[in-house]
Amino acid sequence: MTGFLSALPGAASQGLIWGVMAIGVYITYKILDIADLTVDGSFCTGGAVFVMLFSSGVNVWLAMLAALLAGMLAGLVTGLLHTVCGIPAILAGILTQLGLYSVNMAIMDMKASVALSITQQETLGRLLVSLRFVKGALDGSYPIWRHPIIVVGLFTAVLIAILYWYFGTELGASLRATGSNPNMARAQGIDTDRAKVLGLILSNGLVSLSGALLCQYNGANDINVGRGAIVIGLAAVIIGEVLFSKVFINFALKLLAVSIGAIIYYIVITAVLQLGGLNANYLKLLSALVVAIFLTIPYWKGKYFSKPVKPTKKEENTHA
Amino acid sequence: MLDVQNIRKTFNPGTVNEKTALDGVSLTLNDGDFVTVIGGNGAGKSTLLNAVAGVWPVDSGSISIGGTNVTKLPEHKRAKFIGRVFQDPMMGTAATMQIEENMALAARRGRARTLRPGITRDERDHYREMLKILDLGLEDRLTSKVGLLSGGQRQALTLLMAALRKPDLLLLDEHTAALDPKTAAKVLEATERIVQKDHLTTLMITHNMRDAIVHGNRLIMMYEGKIALDISGEDKKRLTVEDLLARFGQATGSDEADDKLLLS
Repeated sequence: MTGFLSALPGAASQGLIWGVMAIGVYITYKILDIADLTVDGSFCTGGAVFVMLFSSGVNVWLAMLAALLAGMLAGLVTGLLHTVCGIPAILAGILTQLGLYSVNMAIMDMKASVALSITQQETLGRLLVSLRFVKGALDGSYPIWRHPIIVVGLFTAVLIAILYWYFGTELGASLRATGSNPNMARAQGIDTDRAKVLGLILSNGLVSLSGALLCQYNGANDINVGRGAIVIGLAAVIIGEVLFSKVFINFALKLLAVSIGAIIYYIVITAVLQLGGLNANYLKLLSALVVAIFLTIPYWKGKYFSKPVKPTKKEENTHA
Repeated sequence: MLDVQNIRKTFNPGTVNEKTALDGVSLTLNDGDFVTVIGGNGAGKSTLLNAVAGVWPVDSGSISIGGTNVTKLPEHKRAKFIGRVFQDPMMGTAATMQIEENMALAARRGRARTLRPGITRDERDHYREMLKILDLGLEDRLTSKVGLLSGGQRQALTLLMAALRKPDLLLLDEHTAALDPKTAAKVLEATERIVQKDHLTTLMITHNMRDAIVHGNRLIMMYEGKIALDISGEDKKRLTVEDLLARFGQATGSDEADDKLLLS
C-alpha cells in the first residue's frame, strides 16, 4: 500500500503528460469523428525529434516546438492520404503510422532507444519535466514549482485555454460543423476536406508534443513508446466522458475531463501493477479490455436498455 | 439568375444499374422566379437540384448562377450562391451544435473562415429577432443543441439559415415531405413568407400537386430525366390538378402520372 501511495505523484504526472496526447485524440475522435491511428507513430516522433535536438544543445522550448511541427507534418500526411488520395481515414492513419516507424528510427540515428544525459545536473536542470523532479521537488533538492504535476498542469491549462479560444473562432467552428454534419458543412460553404486535414494536423501536433514531454520525463525515447497510444487516448476520452459528461458541459471543461481521464487511467494502472502484482507485460491486454468494455457499455445501453419515450404533455410546443 | 444548359447525368454507367437521371435538361430562371418542380419517383427532380448544388459533377452541359459559370466548382464553393433545405430534417443542421452556432455558420456562408470569433453578441440579438418570425419559441432557446429540436423545428431553422445571407438561388428539396401535414403546412407558410420578403429566386421540389399549383409563379413537371411541362404566368394561375394531369398525359403520351403522382 505504501508502495502505491508513494507511486501516486508519479502516476499523476505521467497521466497529465498522456493527457496532452488524449486531448489530441479528442480532437479527431470526438470533434471530427475520425479514429486516427497516426497517433501511435507521431507520439514517438515527438520524443525522437526532442531527444536528438535537445542532446545537440538546442533550447528545450525550441526542441519542443520542433517536436510539435514534426507531429503536425505527420498529421498533414494522414490528412492528404485521406482527402486527396481518398483512402479511408483509419487506413490512412495506419499507413502513416507504419511509415513513421522508419522515419522515427532515422531521426534517432537508427537506434531503437536514445537517452538524455540526465545524470549531468546541468542537463537535468534544463529540462521542463523529469521523473527526478517528482522526488526532488518534495525533498527540497528542487523548488516545489518544478514538480511535474505543477509544470504539466500549467501546461495543460494553457493548452486548454488556447483550444477553447480556437474552437470558438470561425475556423474552429467549421471544424466542429465538419465533424457534426459534413453535408450541412458543405452546404454552408465549408471545405470539409480542408477542415479534416486541419484537425489532423492540430491533433498530431499535440500528440507529438506529449511525446516530447514524456521523453523528458523518462529521460529517454524508445522506438516503441507510442505503441498503443491511441488506446490510452481513447481510454482517457471515454473515462472522462463517462465520469463527467453530466457536469462538464462547457467545452473547456470537456477537455479538462479528458486530462483527468488520463490521470485516472494511470492511477488505476499503477494500482493494478503495485497492489495486484501483475506482470507489466499484461498492461496492453488490460488497456485493450478496459477500452473495449467502456465502448461497449453505451452501445448496449442504447440497444438493450433503452427507455420508452414518454409522450410529452406540451405536444404543441415541443413538436411544432 | 440560374441558367442550366443541356445537362446530362448517368449513374453507374456501363453496369446493369445504369440509370440516365438527367437527359439533356435546360432551364432558365429569371430573377425572383419561384418555380415548383413535380414528377414521379426517379423522374430526376432531386438529381436536378443536386446537379445545381454541385453534390457531384455533371457528365456534360453547363450551369451558371447569376452570370458565374459554376459547372466546375465543388459543392462548398457553390454554396456562396446557394441556400439549401433538404428532405431529411437531419441533413440541414449540425445536431451537436447550438441553434445560434448553426445560424452563425450559415451567416458566414461563402466567406473565408478566419480566426475571428465564431459568433458575436450583436449576431445573437439579430438571430433572436429572426427566430421570432418562425413563431416556434426558438428565440428563447438560442443555446439549445439543435439535436433536441423536432423535425419541423429543424426544417424551419434550416430554412431560416438558408436565407440568412440572401442567396442568389434557394433550393428546396421536398423539404416538407418528412413532416406531418400540420407541421408541413406551417413550414410551407414560413417558406412563402421568407421567399416573398427577399424576392428569392427559388426552385422547390414537392410531391404535392396542390402545393405545386398554389405556390410560385411557374411550375415544371419532370419525366424520365427531362422537363415534360413548363407552365407559367396566367396559365399557371388558372391551373387545376385535373388540367395538370391531362396536360402531362398529352406531353408524354403516358397515363403514368395518375398513379405515380397522386399516390406518392
